[in-house]
Amino acid sequence: MSKAIIESGNVAAAMAVQLARAEVIAAYPITPQTPVTEKLSELITAGRMDAEYVAVESEHSAMAVCIGAASAGVRAFTATSSNGLLYMSEQLHWAAGARLPIVMCVVNRGIGAPWSVWNDHQDAISQRDAGWIQVFAKDHQEIIDMTLKAFRLAELVHIPVMVNYDGYYLSHTYMPFEPPDAARVDAFLPAYQYKHALSPERPESLNTVTLPDARLDVNGIKRGGYMDIRHNLHEEMGMAIEVWEEIDREFQGHFGRGGAPVLDPYRCDDADTVIVAMGTMANQFRVVVDRLRQDDGIRAGVLALQMYRPFPGSRIAEALQSARHVLVYEKGLSYGNQGALYADIKSALYPYPSRPQLHNFIVGLGGREIPTESLYQTTRAACTEDRMRPPAQSDAPQWIGLQL
Amino acid sequence: MKMAAKTTVLNLTEEEFVHPGNRACSGCGLSILYRIGVKALGRDCIFVVPPSCLTVMQGLYPIAATQMPVLNGTFASTAAIATGVKAAMRRLGRATQVVAWAGDGGTSDIGIQALSGALERGEDIIYICYDNEAYMNTGVQRSGTTPQGSLTTTTPFSGKSEVGKNLPAIIAAHNPAYLATCSASYPLDFHDKLLKAKQIKGLKYLHVQTPCPPGWGIEEHMTVALGRAAVETGLFDLYEIEDGCLQLTGPSQQLLGKACLRPVREYLEMQVRFKACSDEQAAALQAQVDQRWAGYRDKFK
Amino acid sequence: MPDPRFKILTSASTSGPGDAGRTGSWRVERPVIDMSRCIPAKTGKHACHLCWLLCPDNVVSKDIEPEIDLEYCKGCGICAEECPVQAIEMVPDADFIEGAERE
Repeated sequence: MSKAIIESGNVAAAMAVQLARAEVIAAYPITPQTPVTEKLSELITAGRMDAEYVAVESEHSAMAVCIGAASAGVRAFTATSSNGLLYMSEQLHWAAGARLPIVMCVVNRGIGAPWSVWNDHQDAISQRDAGWIQVFAKDHQEIIDMTLKAFRLAELVHIPVMVNYDGYYLSHTYMPFEPPDAARVDAFLPAYQYKHALSPERPESLNTVTLPDARLDVNGIKRGGYMDIRHNLHEEMGMAIEVWEEIDREFQGHFGRGGAPVLDPYRCDDADTVIVAMGTMANQFRVVVDRLRQDDGIRAGVLALQMYRPFPGSRIAEALQSARHVLVYEKGLSYGNQGALYADIKSALYPYPSRPQLHNFIVGLGGREIPTESLYQTTRAACTEDRMRPPAQSDAPQWIGLQL
Repeated sequence: MKMAAKTTVLNLTEEEFVHPGNRACSGCGLSILYRIGVKALGRDCIFVVPPSCLTVMQGLYPIAATQMPVLNGTFASTAAIATGVKAAMRRLGRATQVVAWAGDGGTSDIGIQALSGALERGEDIIYICYDNEAYMNTGVQRSGTTPQGSLTTTTPFSGKSEVGKNLPAIIAAHNPAYLATCSASYPLDFHDKLLKAKQIKGLKYLHVQTPCPPGWGIEEHMTVALGRAAVETGLFDLYEIEDGCLQLTGPSQQLLGKACLRPVREYLEMQVRFKACSDEQAAALQAQVDQRWAGYRDKFK
Repeated sequence: MPDPRFKILTSASTSGPGDAGRTGSWRVERPVIDMSRCIPAKTGKHACHLCWLLCPDNVVSKDIEPEIDLEYCKGCGICAEECPVQAIEMVPDADFIEGAERE
């Protein structure tokens, strides 16, 4: 780590955008994302980054600027958090349906009401069906590497990518990380090109009203309707998992880091108890896993989910085939049901012969502290509990750390 | 003030930029405007269009009635999308004009925040609001610019009780590089104001009154005559604002020489949408017009 | 550069006439020009051409003797309304159906 620097997670994200040579940056401040756009503004004003910086009047417009720029064939970036992400929700669906390779950092934060500026994952989870690829970083090195890989992925598959990282846990803490070499980044990330880029020389009308059924174009060639366009998005989003793995291998070739782009397992090889989590919590669980193994003789492991959409269901199900207990810890949920990730994992396991006992835990909403001790205690209790709980009870999420 | 070009029917280009057989209603004011406006803009431009009648007129996938490159976008974000396209053009080293073309709902209501932001930033775009004074594409609901007394499907029986927004005045308060009001009934005036706007850097805003036969309750052949009546009664004034200075233009300027204008009532009576308009409302409207024109005569005599 | 495995289907339309079909079928009356009154036709010089200028549907030609593309003319009648010499008359399309007779 000779070239390592110590900086905040938000600066790591901004450095990735600088290295990626994004050309249009749209920005609207929201805690805890604000320092990303402040840093980009500083880099551009100081002449250290050659890009257009548009200080828009809302997140809805921030994504609109990105949509405009990307539709014209220019690499665009924005960042947001929480209600800012929700305010651009309509635009997220638009960008995905228009197949624009926009990259956005989402610095995860709880959603109002009531107001919370602290971390959880409800912002990203609420947008899981927008048609964006969603990846989650666990540390500063992953923020910078994952953001660079996100540009490559977005432009190969033409689907926008949301790079998520935990507000404050990562955004405002300082950690060492190694910024990739700029010349190598240029080799890794070629210029963005788009076959439908807005052009007076080759005029097309983009995203216009599209009928339910296929229709002949001016040359008599049949073109699919709305449903066909949306089906193609779904199919190609699924294929993006493999492309993400290919990109990771390329990245490893250039920079020597990577190897776990979709699932990042820790001590899972012989584990009969597997904890599944996204973001920094997965790293926190490494300590828990070590202690469970050492103090309690529980063969525990933690499986960090790095990519949430497209959902790598079969990869997860296969990784969990030898587990007896699977514990899904989440900082967000589908209200009135369960943790969204838990429900996804449960459904992914359905076609497989081995269905481990599943446990769902909701933790850390609105920044509620997640003591490592309580992760340890709840995990240990779940592994030793009676397996014969009634189905309705065993399927309900347990809320950890309530202070009622 | 920049000198304006003077295009006539005779020297107006015969090149067309929109195909016949499109989905616009018969006698559509927007169609006249679009057809002649694009002649001024030329091919080196990109349109940004929110949901509106223009969306429908432009054609349904995969056929475009327009020959221009268009980015259709969400309702609230026209000026912001145009900002992004223009930023991209600068990155690509292109002088391509970026033209946002939205209706009155998309401009005065849902799109006003993004437009206000673009105005404040001084984005180098042309923004055209074709004002048909209601949400016509969804079937004639009241909008911010629907005039008082006008019947719409959401102001039934007695008409809209509130006064419509003076959108050009709201835009003018942002000090745009150029502001002009136009009418679909005077397409050459619109054409030449666009030629002028193309020469100016910054945000150029053109507000165009656009008669709508089904929405206003007029026969299709009356579109042009009605827009003319709006101007000749002094209800809708054609002007330009540059450097904060308002000047009446063309047909409105010529009205300054007249001792009295056509009565407002003539305009109201041509349209079904004003049939619930009371005598008092009509008289109040006439008084407003008289007062405004007295001010113009003082100012410009 | 996009990966060739991906089709990237989007709604990107290309330009052509007749998106709404032959819109002449919307019409109940068609404009008929009396060339003996029409200014350019009568004088043999390019003049007036208001019918060309004001046609919403781009179906009137800018010729000395203006021609109307009846395949697409929606029959709004703006040309007839605005003609300064009343050279254009709107005539029921039914009159032009072969074999039909009008009382």
